[in-house]
Amino acid sequence: MKLRRSLLYVPGNMPGMLQNIPVFEADGVMIDLEDAVPLQEKDAARLLTRNFLRFFQNRNKEMFVRINPLDTPYAASDLQEILPALPDGIRLPKADNPEIVERLDTLLTEQEEKLHLEIGYFKIIPSIESAQGVLNCVETAKASSRIVALAFGAEDYTASMEIDRTKTGEELFSARTRVVWAAKAAGVQVIDTIFSDVNDMEALRAETVLVKRLGFTGKSLVNPRQIEVVHDVFRPTPEEIENAVEVMEAIKRAREMGTGVISLRGKMVDAPVVTRAARTLRSAIAFGMIEYALSDEVIHGEK
Amino acid sequence: MKIQRKASSGTMQSSDLMVVVEPSETLQIEIESTVKKQFEHLIRAQITTTLEHLGVQTGRIQISDRGALDYAIAARIETAIKRSSEE
Repeated sequence: MKLRRSLLYVPGNMPGMLQNIPVFEADGVMIDLEDAVPLQEKDAARLLTRNFLRFFQNRNKEMFVRINPLDTPYAASDLQEILPALPDGIRLPKADNPEIVERLDTLLTEQEEKLHLEIGYFKIIPSIESAQGVLNCVETAKASSRIVALAFGAEDYTASMEIDRTKTGEELFSARTRVVWAAKAAGVQVIDTIFSDVNDMEALRAETVLVKRLGFTGKSLVNPRQIEVVHDVFRPTPEEIENAVEVMEAIKRAREMGTGVISLRGKMVDAPVVTRAARTLRSAIAFGMIEYALSDEVIHGEK
Repeated sequence: MKIQRKASSGTMQSSDLMVVVEPSETLQIEIESTVKKQFEHLIRAQITTTLEHLGVQTGRIQISDRGALDYAIAARIETAIKRSSEE
């Protein structure tokens, strides 16, 4: 599975930012045609983004484009100009219900046929960013096989709830939990909202630690300075890796003794503990932090 | 495409450019650039290619360049031309 810890927003109408995309160390970028672009510049941003995608053929990271919502007059032109320049996918704002995702899926299929691409080439990341979106997200997450992740958008969500967004985020807890459930049940990744104060790295770190605990696999970012903190939090700690290796060794010993459960320093190790340890190891391997031969047999035992 | 009225696009930010187009009986391209000495011929070549691509034969094209790359020059010209030719 592709690592998507950090998805950085880049305004679609600023050449100075666009052409820095190759040097940003984010796992992916989302070129923004929506909120970062004023209405009278929608046409300009669309053409600039299209040209940028054509021009930078050597892609070193995933490039999504956040189009305008499907119920605006801009979305159709966005797709028409952008898709032939082959972005990796679309971040779909205001994905309030599964039907909206299904509509985008159909539009993408039409373009893929026209461009002679394999069906499913373009991925979708729906944004869950309203009360309605949160209520419907369990179904939305399963609306298309193109969906690689659900994204939670707290700025619009708090607006739709008529509440303020705080730095500690208590007001987001239930919505975040539901979005994570929906994503996990559908087997897709789940990306947390942006953190808008680019000068408060401590609060960004605290929020990232919180959402990692809840199950989020990545975060949307508004500034390249935020990348390092987010990667640092999502990277497993040496203690977590050491513990995971010990869990693996313990369960191997257990199986040799013909059992599926064993005690490790007074704590029970059984199948779910092993599954969590395997996730830590997989992510450590992906970060290049350790070399470890992880196979299904190690995780689940021989049949 | 035909330039029907005065229109503009772009910004004066670094790596961007401002384009102003207006109707004229001949083709005139005027370039101001922070990197004019080294790159005027390349900027002119990019503008000419884009205009040809869009089928524009006449008009006054004024460019204030802030070190834009080719893809941005092409995009801003196309935006200005489209804005000037809209019904």
